[in-house]
Amino acid sequence: MANNREILISDPTLRDGNHAVGHQLSAEHIAAYCKAADAAGVTIVEVGHGNGLGASSLQLGESKTPDHIALTTARQNLVKSKLGIHVIPGFATIERDLKPALELGVDVVRVASHCSEADICERHISYSRSQGVGVWGCLMMSHMISPALLLEQARKMESYGAEGVVFMDSSGHFLPDDVRQRVETLVNGLSIAVGFHAHNNLGMAIGNSVAAADAGATLLDGCARGFGAGAGNAQLEVLIAVLERLGYATGVDLYKILDAADVAEELLIKEIPSIKSVSVVSGMAGVFSGFMKPVSRIAKEFNVDPRDVFFELGRRKIVAGQEDIILEVAKELAQRARKGNE
Amino acid sequence: MNREAVIHPTDKLKVAIIGSGNIGTDLLIKVLRSPYLECGAFIGRNLSSSGMMKALSLGVPVSANGIDYIVKNPDCCDLVFDATSAKSHFEHAPILKNLNKRVIDLTPAKIGLMSVPSVNLEDSLTEFNVNMVTCGGQASIPVAYAIGQTQTDVEYIEVVSSIASRSAGPATRQNLDEYIKTTEDGIKEFSGATRTKAILNLNPAEPCVDMQTTIFAKVKHPDIEKLTGVLAQLVEKIRKYVPGYEIILGPIVENGRIVVMARVRGLGDYLPAYAGNLDIINCAAIAMAEEYARVSLNQTSREH
Repeated sequence: MANNREILISDPTLRDGNHAVGHQLSAEHIAAYCKAADAAGVTIVEVGHGNGLGASSLQLGESKTPDHIALTTARQNLVKSKLGIHVIPGFATIERDLKPALELGVDVVRVASHCSEADICERHISYSRSQGVGVWGCLMMSHMISPALLLEQARKMESYGAEGVVFMDSSGHFLPDDVRQRVETLVNGLSIAVGFHAHNNLGMAIGNSVAAADAGATLLDGCARGFGAGAGNAQLEVLIAVLERLGYATGVDLYKILDAADVAEELLIKEIPSIKSVSVVSGMAGVFSGFMKPVSRIAKEFNVDPRDVFFELGRRKIVAGQEDIILEVAKELAQRARKGNE
Repeated sequence: MNREAVIHPTDKLKVAIIGSGNIGTDLLIKVLRSPYLECGAFIGRNLSSSGMMKALSLGVPVSANGIDYIVKNPDCCDLVFDATSAKSHFEHAPILKNLNKRVIDLTPAKIGLMSVPSVNLEDSLTEFNVNMVTCGGQASIPVAYAIGQTQTDVEYIEVVSSIASRSAGPATRQNLDEYIKTTEDGIKEFSGATRTKAILNLNPAEPCVDMQTTIFAKVKHPDIEKLTGVLAQLVEKIRKYVPGYEIILGPIVENGRIVVMARVRGLGDYLPAYAGNLDIINCAAIAMAEEYARVSLNQTSREH
């Protein structure tokens, strides 16, 4: 079964995991987990607000730890692993956010947009490239467009200077064949690396990650205990074990990544991610998993069914970052229910 | 006295539009409809662009010579709408100042006073160069201003706008950072908030979504009743120049934040109605120009 192919592991526990705790990870959490992930030999450790650099806001939740403190802390505790950040244009600007972050010693910038909007990343990608750091493009909510259109968008990122493109299953909507088709299309159409970021709403995160690797992806994202938005991500320590059984080389030490996952469970994670009923609906409806917390809260306030909210958001094709629309949808559903009762 | 009754077609204020993209062309249609304005020149760089073709079909004097046309034909206008780019406006502004032309700047260059007609129309009238902030700014600043007027200790205001992907052209996509900076500055200036933040989301859904903007605020003791009253008056003013402006939620307090959501449906002139983001900045610019026209024409008739 050995295939000796190398897979780079990018670990957004300290970024995506922030969604699960309302962006309340502390500097102590960051320090402890960075040390553990670094010891395990994880390639990239991503740190920050759930929606990345400069995203602390009332729209998405305010960070307990400001970007500069999070990055300084991570930098001090990473020796071998690279320090990564997630950057969404429209939230983070070059002057206010990206430039200061690079000055703090970030090694890898992942510039992300909604899957069909890659051109908003041009300046952030080319700026990062000009500063000599690693740059990847990320296409979020990638289930919303066809493999061919995804390739078109990924090519734009390649032309801006990205050294790889990660497509993200932000809603946990994909099944393995969906992932395989997209990886194949991207690998055939690009001359740069292809990566995949899985969510677990439909219980497919590990299976989808394996499908991605088998189809030619060379970077996979995973989080300790799956710590991430909604139903969580591909569970990193499981992913490492599975890849090891399949014969992929990740450079990650199994015992040490298991230790890192224990550190995360003990210190960072309030509640181990599981597939809640609303997460299944979020995955079915194709709505960003990170909406779980605000949808649950707002549905309660407006006395509507959170599942109806998710399906309505899906019908309207709401993208990640549009959390404000949850309020509008809940209000509308409440009004409809009232009218129905009259 | 009904001022409109005394206007003759010959009394119209002559304007020129520089920039023949979507914004410039939509402005042209609004100018042609205005009882106070007439278009003396529609200026771009390429005679075969779709904006130019549109202008030609409407019988408007056109030029592909950029600002040089106004330098060589200074009588073509008294007021210039600059719908080019911030970079170009930095070149245009001193030239137009020398020519003694009033300028309404629709780029984020922000050389002149930031102007939002529902809030500071009067103050803007004495300025020779006014800046229309940004589309998100035109939609959200009236709300931010109302918050500033009615709440004490406004610690933070955040505006999140969603626009249809199709309404965001290449210039918008290249200039998200400038959009964010200029909108944040505008919100700060008009609300007095200590900190501000602007966020822009592009939504590719088809059929296209209408422009929406959500304003969040953190204040010490929210006074929703007072805010609701002041906001209602402002919205009435805005709807005079942007009929499709509507508060669709709030003001409410949710999760410790004041929340107000506005939706902007455009007039559907050159731009489709969902592009309320582009329509509102043009409607604001026209409202501004019409007010100049009314004031200057009034002065002229008094001098007679």
